[in-house]
Amino acid sequence: MLEVRGLSKRFGGLQAVRDVDLDVAAGSITALIGPNGAGKTTSFAMIAGFIRPDAGRVALEGRAITALRPDRIAAHGLVRTFQITQPFGGLSVAENIRIGAFLHVAEPAAAMAAARAIGTRLGLGPLLDRPAASLTVAGRKRLELARALATQPRLLLLDEVMAGLNPAEIGEIVGLIREIRTAGVTILLIEHIMQAVASLAERVYVLAEGALIATGSPREIAENPAVIEAYLGHGAAARLARTHSSPFDQAAPHG
Amino acid sequence: MPLVVLAGIVLAALPFLGGSQYLATIGLLTAASALVGQGWNLAGGFGGLTSFGSVMFFGIGAYTAAIIQTRWGINPWFGLPAGAALGGLAGAVVGFAAFRAGLRGSYFALVTLAFAEVFHVLSNSLALTGAGLGITLRLAPGLGNFQFLDRRASYAVMLALLVLATALAHWLRASRFGARLVALRENEDAAQALGIDIVRTKTLAFALSGAVIATAGVVYTQTYLYIDPSIAFSVERSVEMLLVAMIGGPGTVWGPILGAIGLHLVADTAQAWIALPGFAAMLYGVVLLAVIRLLPDGIAGMFRRA
Amino acid sequence: MPPLGILLPSLVNGLLTGGVYALVALGLTLIYGVLHIVNFAHGSLLMLAMFGTWLLCTEAGFDPYAALPVMVAAMFAMGWALYRGVIGPVAAGAGGGVRQDRAILLATLGVAVVLDNFALVLFTGDTRTIDTPYAFDVVPVGGMLISLPRLISFGVALLLALALWAFMTRTDAGRAIRAVAREPDGARLMGIRPERIFALAYGIGIACLGAAACLLLPVFYVSPSVGNSFVLVSFTIVVLGGMGSFPGAVIGGLLIGVTESLGGLLLGESLGPIGISTVFIAVLLLRPTGLFGAAR
Ligand SMILES: Nc1ncnc2c1ncn2[C@@H]1O[C@H](COP(=O)(O)OP(=O)(O)OP(=O)(O)O)[C@@H](O)[C@H]1O
Ligand SMILES: [Mg+2]
Repeated sequence: MLEVRGLSKRFGGLQAVRDVDLDVAAGSITALIGPNGAGKTTSFAMIAGFIRPDAGRVALEGRAITALRPDRIAAHGLVRTFQITQPFGGLSVAENIRIGAFLHVAEPAAAMAAARAIGTRLGLGPLLDRPAASLTVAGRKRLELARALATQPRLLLLDEVMAGLNPAEIGEIVGLIREIRTAGVTILLIEHIMQAVASLAERVYVLAEGALIATGSPREIAENPAVIEAYLGHGAAARLARTHSSPFDQAAPHG
Repeated sequence: MPLVVLAGIVLAALPFLGGSQYLATIGLLTAASALVGQGWNLAGGFGGLTSFGSVMFFGIGAYTAAIIQTRWGINPWFGLPAGAALGGLAGAVVGFAAFRAGLRGSYFALVTLAFAEVFHVLSNSLALTGAGLGITLRLAPGLGNFQFLDRRASYAVMLALLVLATALAHWLRASRFGARLVALRENEDAAQALGIDIVRTKTLAFALSGAVIATAGVVYTQTYLYIDPSIAFSVERSVEMLLVAMIGGPGTVWGPILGAIGLHLVADTAQAWIALPGFAAMLYGVVLLAVIRLLPDGIAGMFRRA
Repeated sequence: MPPLGILLPSLVNGLLTGGVYALVALGLTLIYGVLHIVNFAHGSLLMLAMFGTWLLCTEAGFDPYAALPVMVAAMFAMGWALYRGVIGPVAAGAGGGVRQDRAILLATLGVAVVLDNFALVLFTGDTRTIDTPYAFDVVPVGGMLISLPRLISFGVALLLALALWAFMTRTDAGRAIRAVAREPDGARLMGIRPERIFALAYGIGIACLGAAACLLLPVFYVSPSVGNSFVLVSFTIVVLGGMGSFPGAVIGGLLIGVTESLGGLLLGESLGPIGISTVFIAVLLLRPTGLFGAAR
């Protein structure tokens, strides 16, 4: 579905993303994980057309989308959410979602009906007519998801939609993401909460300091020494091997 | 709201009932302010495209009307569609260039100001526009000539255009295009991520704004039968449009009308008290500062909260 | 193409005026660099300073150059008060982001409108000049006759630019301003209060106009509308040189002085002013970071 090859980006003296290859199979849930500053969000921004990569190419269902603008890419069915939520502050929650719905529904009333249905499905029902600026963090994360979903995407890029939520809320979002996939949407997600990743993703890519250091099933990743090193520092893998536990049995640190 | 609309209709009809040229003149000036304010509002209010140079459209409309009849002998009524078309074209060209270059906020404001200045200088030196002398129309009153001795007729034309412009604003508020424009104003990144073409949407809005403002220029020429560079492209008029929209409530349908009425009440009262040149305009500035500080959503915002 | 005998003096004149423009632009670029404010009131504040100087010269018998320290102090106070009384509160009241950007821009526009028309009320629309005994003195330089007051103004402007640069790099206050410009939050941690620094920077930026007014008046007229023309000139310089760039403002000032002078000569009185706007538009559309590349 999505094929990324050799993606690279440098910010001044910092190589934020280095030669990243990534494949997302149609109908799958794939996770991109890595410590803070690993280059995950930057990779998303390049895939979705917000940042022009220094090198590399991106193809969606076999079609090259590397040089396209974000709105063109969205029209092709690839839509991202933002880690730092970006609501249309002056609009109501329903109007926010409707902007997404407008991508494929031209008629305002029909788009509004679709928006309200999606908002309700994502648990925003009672908040639909409130200003988006008044939402809590959890509400904003749901709104990001709802807006993106309203565009009827084929591939959804979710950037830390669970950060800052309490365990109950996380549980709900995990359930929602499963439903979305069941409805036929392929998902690539960035997440720090490892239990969520383990329970959702079929395949995990690990990024550290801009480069991919591992890929595999959540279980393989959790036992990969290179990954443990990247998260917990040099020598950590050896220490952990002695105690027979993995850091991924608990929630990993996140920021 | 129906009460407000009713009051508006009565107010708008007043000059026709009395037969007084004075009332009609006030009506004409207020409707003209409301029209350019509404034009500015289409892009500046709904889309957050803060232009400091939208007087360029007014000037283009005014000169289009003057040129087609004095130079080419075309019927003056044709000035309305021609002026609107050229104003729209100028909006599209200036907008496309600016938005393509990614100019927003203050940079957009400044670049529009510079474009207005270019038009000012050009009109001041080209033979086509009569250079510094401007263009004077031959007095030939008559409906067919789009020239009226009775101010009430000019007022009626201006009012009709205002109704059209307000209908346009109404459509904007209800349509997909308008919703996308507002979304861009609120958050460009999010809008783009959801599939909105930034350059196209903004360019269209600015073209629309240009077309509407240009029609006010056409009626100006037909009313005063004279146009010159400093009237056509004055910075003050750019400020007036912005002010009318900001006072009334940027991004609302009725805001510019409320703003124009409010502004003329303030200005005319002030002028009656202290007739010094500049005094009323100075109050404009004070009002702008007060509105930014106290009423960021304008008069219309006050109603909504109440 | 006019002969060299006309071209060269025009070029030199432009360069000399450009020196004073550079000072005007330095104030603007300083304000932008530190506060990230596009100070649309800059031209009007210059106009105000010119009227202040004019009053000092005609009513109090000052020589314009002797009025310089007075005007610098007065305009600094004016800038400080304006920041504290109008711009600061508007910035604080408007939240953040795009909305705040627009509120501040419109506030500086509002200030410009008030000042322009206040001057119109006080002084009417007439243009005014001052008489100095040396207004028409010339000095021969390389076969050309150069206006003495222009030469003095140019020299003083460059000296002041240098002094401002020294202030910004060599004094604690200057370093504090630059620290805030780079990292407001980091500066706060170091015990610097950004709000005071903002008022200080705005004050200094406007104080530059007090000096520029004194340097302009011996060779320039003043009227309530000169602010309008200066605003475009100074923004063109700053954008050309790169918003926030010090050397950019100086070089940009000289370039624009020359552009204006040659534009008038080659294109004529009425078409000449198109040079400035065209440069401005071209830079913004084609190279928005300016010639000297500081990021926007
Ligand atoms: N526009 C930018 N300019 C300069 N540096 C940037 C820019 N965007 C990101 N960076 C830097 O690039 C690196 C990668 O950032 P990125 O946001 O992609 O990390 P991330 O993996 O998403 O981290 P997190 O888990 O904290 O969200 C970081 O060091 C960041 O500071
Ligand atoms: Mg991130």
